Amino acid sequence: MKRGKGMKYVGDSRVSAEKTSTTPKDYSEYPGRTVAFWPNFLLTEWLAGSVFLVGFLTLVLTHPSPLEGMADPTTAGYIPLPDWYFLFLYELLKYKYAGGDYVLLGVVVIPGLAFGALLLAPFLDNGPGRRPSQRPIATSMMLLALIATIWLTYDSASAVDWEARAEANKPIPPSEVEIDTSDPGYEVYKNSCASCHGDNLTDGAAGPPLIGIDYTADEIAKISVEGIGNMPAGVFDGTDEELEQLAEFIFTINEENKEE
Amino acid sequence: MLQKMYDWIDERIDITPIWRDIADHEVPEHVNPAHHFSAFVYCFGGLTFFVVVIQILSGMFLTMYYVPDIENAWKSVYYLQTQVAHGQIVRGMHHWGASVVIVMLLLHTLRVFFQGAYKKPRELNWMVGVLLFFVMLGLGFTGYLLPWDNKAYFATEVGLNIAGQVPLIGDWLITLLGGHPEIIGAQTLTRFFAIHVFFLPAALFALLAVHFILIRRQGISGPL
Repeated sequence: MKRGKGMKYVGDSRVSAEKTSTTPKDYSEYPGRTVAFWPNFLLTEWLAGSVFLVGFLTLVLTHPSPLEGMADPTTAGYIPLPDWYFLFLYELLKYKYAGGDYVLLGVVVIPGLAFGALLLAPFLDNGPGRRPSQRPIATSMMLLALIATIWLTYDSASAVDWEARAEANKPIPPSEVEIDTSDPGYEVYKNSCASCHGDNLTDGAAGPPLIGIDYTADEIAKISVEGIGNMPAGVFDGTDEELEQLAEFIFTINEENKEE
Repeated sequence: MLQKMYDWIDERIDITPIWRDIADHEVPEHVNPAHHFSAFVYCFGGLTFFVVVIQILSGMFLTMYYVPDIENAWKSVYYLQTQVAHGQIVRGMHHWGASVVIVMLLLHTLRVFFQGAYKKPRELNWMVGVLLFFVMLGLGFTGYLLPWDNKAYFATEVGLNIAGQVPLIGDWLITLLGGHPEIIGAQTLTRFFAIHVFFLPAALFALLAVHFILIRRQGISGPL
């Protein structure tokens, strides 16, 4: 195959075939059919890439990227969790001999040995054989590390209730809505609801935020009495007039929030 | 016309050899899924690079809206997710791409490992590849903080505490990464942003260039 504009290049740009000590065989020495990279093989690669992209975009479109509430260092009882590919390191530190007094083992020694061995694998496993069966130590070490990593990740992730976490940490829209604490409904709210939903209707120990909900005043009154989801019935104990004030108060705040 | 333009440039800077270096080579049968379907394992590296390109492009668009400041970081991400046309999709690509790239990287590493493709003469390229893996984990760690939501904040707090456990250099490491030995705040966010957007991508590009040049020089390892 002779291309180019008369430049003297022999073969492609790989290290010349004479230095066999550092150079692999030329492809032409391999048995079977070779294909030109351009354009034949690139087309195959492009097709594979397109299929991959369709799958990837399907994932993106069906799973909106998560966002929790704005960082608040004073949030009490928040259980921190790293991204999934760090879970195995995180879980490792929970073991008795990798955490606590032995934390050096878990933080430095074990990851250091594992990643150091990975980095230096070609020098640790320097025999001539390439097949996995010809290098049982390297193969079994890698399988062991792989199983350990998968197990640690699984162990860590299976203990987490992901849906409850997402539910409890929903992003609250930045809101400029003023809560009118002189409203008679606020007084009722404070007595019956604030212990779970917080003083500002935005967060609390047990309940979700009440700003950004989509209910009518009647529905809010009904939920206050009968409960919904995890909320038990009967948390509201007051007169019908107070119930009306409460429902109207929460409804109005949501209406104002929508307008902003 | 195109040929004339090509000739004009080629006459002056001799680009044909560059072009040949990049694209004019043969692909052996044993790595070609068209001949042996099991050769799809050789696609993992290329697909990893493909996801990296997605990450770079989506990340570039994210910085058009993102504000690395503790008052506005979360709000800018929220705005991007809810108000900006297709912002949800662009952030989704960056968010899920960060996970997919780790998966592809792992598959590529396992392919190379179990085929023993890192053996002489390819030791150096294996080490460059492992360094790329570390850079990618660093990008994942620093990028996790940037949305500045609760999970980002508390995960970073734990991460920096773990870094602080390292003997001798622990405190120094926290200050280097977080900007302050105790407080995770404005300085931490700007440092993580700088590391995520400038320092680590620079390392990534340099290592990727070496990775690819070495592949072209050494070729793909032969069949087992």
